[in-house]
Amino acid sequence: MVGYTESLTDPSYSGQILCLTYPLIGNYGVPDINILDEFGLPKFFESDRIQCSGLIIHKLSDIASHWSCVKTLDEWLYEEKIPGIYGIDTRELTKIIRQDGVMMGIISSSKNKLEKLDASAVLQKDRYDNKNFMQTVSSKNVQVYGNSNDKVIVLIDTGTKFSIIRNLLMRGYKVVQLPWNASFNQVMSIKPKGVVISNGPGDPKMCQETIKTATQLIEKSIPTLGICLGNQILALSAGADTFKLKYGHRGQNKTCMNIENNQSYITSQNHGYGIDPKTLEMTGFEPWFFNPDDKTIEGIIHKDKPALAVQFHPEASPGPYDCTFVFDKFTEIIDLNKR
Amino acid sequence: MREEGIQTILINPNIATIQTDSRFSDKVYLLPITPQYVSKILEIERPDSIMLSFGGQTALNCGTSLFRNGTLNKYGITILGTPIGGIERTEDRQLFKEAMQKSSIPVLPSSPAYTVKEAIDIAKKMGYPIIIRVAYTLGGKGGGVAHNEYELQEIVHRGLSISMTRQVLIEKYVGHWKQIEYEVMRDYKGNSIIVCNMENILAMRVHTGDNIVVAPSQTLNNYEYHMLRSAAIRGTKEVGIIGECNIQFGLNPKSEEYCAIEINARLSRSSALASKATGYPLAYMAAKLGIGYSLDELVNKVTKKTTAFFEPSLDYIVLKMPRWDFNKFENVNRRLGTAMKSVGEVMAIGRNFEEVIQKAIRMCETGKLGLVENSGFTNPQEEELEKIEYSLLYPDDTILFQLVRAIYNGITIERINELSSIDPWFLTKIKNIVEMEKKLRSIGLDFDENIIRESKKLGFSDRQLSSYLNLNEIIIRKFRKKFGIEPVIKQIDTLAAEWPAQTNYLYLTYGGDTDDLTIPKRNNNAIVLGAGPYRIGSSVEFDWGTVNMVIGLKENGANEVSIINCNPETVSTDFDVSDRLYFEEISFERVMDISEKENYPGVITCVGGQTANNLTLKLAQNGIKIIGTQSNDVDRAEDREKFGKLLDSLRIPQPPWKKFNNLHEAFAFCRTVGYPVLVRPSYVLSGAAMKVVWDDHQLEKFIENATIVSPDHPIVITKFFQEAAEVEVDGVGTKENVIIGSIIEHIDNAGIHSGDAMMCIPPWRLSRDIMDTITNYTNKIVRSLNVIGPFNIQFLVKDDNVLVIEANIRASRSLPFVSKYIGVNLINLAAKAMLGKSLPKIKDQWLKTSGFGIKVPQFSFMQLEGADIVLGVEMQSTGEVACFGTSFYDALSKSFTAAGYSLPLCGTALITIGGQKNKEKLLPLISLISSMDFKILATEHTADFLENNGFIKVQKVYKISEPERKPNIIDLLYDRKIDFIINIPATVTMEKYLDMLTDEYQIRRKAVEMGIPVMTTIETAISFVKTLEWQKNNSTTIIPLNNYLTDNEINRMNQ
Repeated sequence: MVGYTESLTDPSYSGQILCLTYPLIGNYGVPDINILDEFGLPKFFESDRIQCSGLIIHKLSDIASHWSCVKTLDEWLYEEKIPGIYGIDTRELTKIIRQDGVMMGIISSSKNKLEKLDASAVLQKDRYDNKNFMQTVSSKNVQVYGNSNDKVIVLIDTGTKFSIIRNLLMRGYKVVQLPWNASFNQVMSIKPKGVVISNGPGDPKMCQETIKTATQLIEKSIPTLGICLGNQILALSAGADTFKLKYGHRGQNKTCMNIENNQSYITSQNHGYGIDPKTLEMTGFEPWFFNPDDKTIEGIIHKDKPALAVQFHPEASPGPYDCTFVFDKFTEIIDLNKR
Repeated sequence: MREEGIQTILINPNIATIQTDSRFSDKVYLLPITPQYVSKILEIERPDSIMLSFGGQTALNCGTSLFRNGTLNKYGITILGTPIGGIERTEDRQLFKEAMQKSSIPVLPSSPAYTVKEAIDIAKKMGYPIIIRVAYTLGGKGGGVAHNEYELQEIVHRGLSISMTRQVLIEKYVGHWKQIEYEVMRDYKGNSIIVCNMENILAMRVHTGDNIVVAPSQTLNNYEYHMLRSAAIRGTKEVGIIGECNIQFGLNPKSEEYCAIEINARLSRSSALASKATGYPLAYMAAKLGIGYSLDELVNKVTKKTTAFFEPSLDYIVLKMPRWDFNKFENVNRRLGTAMKSVGEVMAIGRNFEEVIQKAIRMCETGKLGLVENSGFTNPQEEELEKIEYSLLYPDDTILFQLVRAIYNGITIERINELSSIDPWFLTKIKNIVEMEKKLRSIGLDFDENIIRESKKLGFSDRQLSSYLNLNEIIIRKFRKKFGIEPVIKQIDTLAAEWPAQTNYLYLTYGGDTDDLTIPKRNNNAIVLGAGPYRIGSSVEFDWGTVNMVIGLKENGANEVSIINCNPETVSTDFDVSDRLYFEEISFERVMDISEKENYPGVITCVGGQTANNLTLKLAQNGIKIIGTQSNDVDRAEDREKFGKLLDSLRIPQPPWKKFNNLHEAFAFCRTVGYPVLVRPSYVLSGAAMKVVWDDHQLEKFIENATIVSPDHPIVITKFFQEAAEVEVDGVGTKENVIIGSIIEHIDNAGIHSGDAMMCIPPWRLSRDIMDTITNYTNKIVRSLNVIGPFNIQFLVKDDNVLVIEANIRASRSLPFVSKYIGVNLINLAAKAMLGKSLPKIKDQWLKTSGFGIKVPQFSFMQLEGADIVLGVEMQSTGEVACFGTSFYDALSKSFTAAGYSLPLCGTALITIGGQKNKEKLLPLISLISSMDFKILATEHTADFLENNGFIKVQKVYKISEPERKPNIIDLLYDRKIDFIINIPATVTMEKYLDMLTDEYQIRRKAVEMGIPVMTTIETAISFVKTLEWQKNNSTTIIPLNNYLTDNEINRMNQ
């Protein structure tokens, strides 16, 4: 019900059609992108544009009512040339996806029923699983946020959200954002205290260069935090395997249990792939968080290296802030490592 | 608790609730929830622990007292759930403020005051308007908003008098802010979840109990939602909640500024709503957390496989609408504010706002077809616009319809928002409905399937459409079915379809294409209609009936039983009570829709009160099978003329009555039978629907002002008997015999509505002959109406003559009282009878029990600002209690205490009696009072009368309207120098409806506000004083419910 501006601009949704289960969308419109937080980042957006390929909802609000609002959801989608469709029984669609898994889809404005053959041709052409999204979601240039001189964190951008940067800035770091395929040497040339591998879209195995860099980061005991896609990349870099979930975990109400202290948290999640638990054993990583419902791994922590990762989004936005302690833990690890 | 093998003892004097049925706990004590009574029970029972957070504010306060006076410690009793420190941090305003500040949650500037003077000083510094809150009270009771010193004085006086700690809080007022609530679950490990958030449409200015509430919030963005969510979790952690609580925030609509208003460390009305809105059983889970489970150890009751540690995701919108009953009260202030005035509520579920608001309005059963249907607001006068604007600024119970008027009259959304503080989002949706109405009106008979489909999606009912298009409702139904315009069934599964859930919690909507489930055709299925919102005259007793009917049907061979109901406060809307729960309107259209989806099972209309009963005939006419008494027989009892003829044919006397189309004939009739008469118009313009009229002049005036008399709108006039006893019979009819549950005698004389009267089983004044006559009449009537199921018949007994007033072929208000007293669940018997099974031979069960059962009404006059408390033919009580005892006064003194009367052993009584006859009648009573060491105060006339009759120690006191004359009643009331008041108007009913004596009224009002008992009828005065006398030399018995049955009876029923 809340969080559509954050979700639509989340690069992890690149290449996907987003179907929202809450039926009433667009109520508070679209805020001004010029409303910035204390670090100069847009407060209500996770990147500078809509990232998903399409939006499916039940009812589009005919009024946008909020003090921060400058346009309607409809106007925004139109400006960004992203197709959306409303009037759909999204609950029924959700049930179909639940039964058959995530699938390729078409939004068409044709009045006539789509011919099955034409449709399947389109669907075969551009399969999500085979695509490498890094070219589109990762920034090609080095970007610097914040002005701390001695406390630097490198953020490897596999499709990062502004909120990850914000959380690092809040903890007093300067953030240097490097492209997804930055080499280990490139990373080290910045002399970072730690490295964060961000969230992002698609099959993690497409990010071979990132995986390679991650392997070296772990080997050289550089404090490293993986988030979402970054979690899968760290697992792969240590020799574990990942697999595609039937219909993924997407939402702001996902349960996670912290194995260290048996505390449970509500987390924000958006992932279609997961770490295969059987393959984790020989990697030096052990499970940190898991989902009590389907027992999937939601976080890993290395037994003797300063590396940790979470499958959920500790930076929230959209979603609950219950797990921002992950960033605190990461900075503690950095401090320990220094000593 | 039972799942865990824990024995439970329930203390609750509410006779009508399903809770106090013996099946739910190991022992039930129908006793007052006061520290005195509870500590006695604890002494006898010696439980290991106690739960305080499930019985509302009453239980919480009682538990706090028991902790403070050392009782819990003395018996080694642990409090389960939130510990006392946590309760105190939420209840004491200063501790609360500190806890919030510690967890970096802003609070409004505020300051506690212990005297009126302190309050005035604080307010001066803070600046008006300010809000006054009272610690440890229920529903904002006693609080209010003051715009000036005068209002402040009034409210602070009242507040200090009812506060447990003699403390009020003066706080900055932010009426235009958004009012947002979060329901938090937290376990002993500190795991926390938010089950639901809710937004109050009428903003901060209206108490959440009186607000129109949606879940989830609709106008918050992600940042605001989670900012408040995090604050909720931080705040409840600091306070130390274990179990469930509700936290309320104010949020500035123009920025991210917010503040915490309060935390309720207990299950509340909002919790019940959140539970129903999400399908997350909050009370069940809170109980488990209370005995030491953590959330992650528990399982989601809906999916039965996912963890209970999760936040429900909704794929629908719910809307709660309060139900007010102001029409029943004279002089009541209808304005909505910081103190709750509603008596019930409904919840509507749908897939858009327009749909749910229209559904909710209909569910309230106030005669509205939806948001729009009141025609013709054209060309407003300047003056009218002003009136509308005023009504937006100061909302009352008609606020939604005022919004419609405003939109009709061209007031802009911006302006409406400015005046009403209602978010433009909601206003625009309301406007959508108004626009559709305009379209429907203009299109008339040129309508097509598209406009019908669109309007159905916006929540228009067939009846609404039929009224615009001037067609019969059935024709609209046929038309839309032809085009496949039908609602779909959707499930409430807590996870927005993400996990497969075999849930039976359902609603219908036009916002979807596909049913979530199809119902296979099976024999012996049934649908039970519930009672809709709680209101005056239809309350928790019908929930008792609905639930017991479902259980009874299941026990006696029914296959699958569904419930239709829309009241979130009931047990019948718990999704695990029935095989399928439809949280829906109890209307002809919806019942038909559901019947079709359910393959036409039989429908039960006799346990849902008047609402369900009224559908019987129409459903039957449209091919629905009615289980129980057949519709034409129900009609023969409901239709006055048919029923009158039936009584005549049975030679059973009834009070003379007649139906009139014109005033002239009415006069003649009234003169023949003699005044007073009871007048019941079929069309009411304003005010109460029934009146007792004392002469020609008054009859003329009443009819002119309040109603229309015409062939279309006849009035019924009945002879009104004074000083007659009223008697009721509850029972069950079967094919073979008639089972009389009990004969019940009213303690008050006829003229007090049966819902407001004190009642006694077994009768304590009736002769055996009279009882035989009543039994005989009952058998005759029930047999000739072919009753199969529950019935209730009301009688008048005047000078040894028995007359029949009316027969209701449905479960009555008193059925739980009777069932619990005689230890026979009459609804269960009814279920058996309705399934064609024969019943055990039960005869005169009510005479075989030991002791007495007495039911006493519970009123809410304190909350209903301005309402006069004098009782009459319109029902005014909002609940009831009943206690059982070994003697009449044993039962009565417990019932009085349970209903909130304090029973002083000595002190001061104020007596003011109107009319010579009444004064004379009460002489013996007054002499009793003075013999009991009570000081007697009396107003001038009463005092003179008493002095002339030999009472020397009577002190004269002066009227409130003469404040300069001392001693004045008002001072005595404020100084709490009066312990109880006997205030009898000259002729109860007459004065109420003639020119009410404002002075008398003011005494009653002030006394109510100060929490001082006031007796307004001779019978209550006598019963009250005699109870005081009894308790001088006796103490009440403490016996659990089951023990009132004689051993013989228990054995017999176990067989």
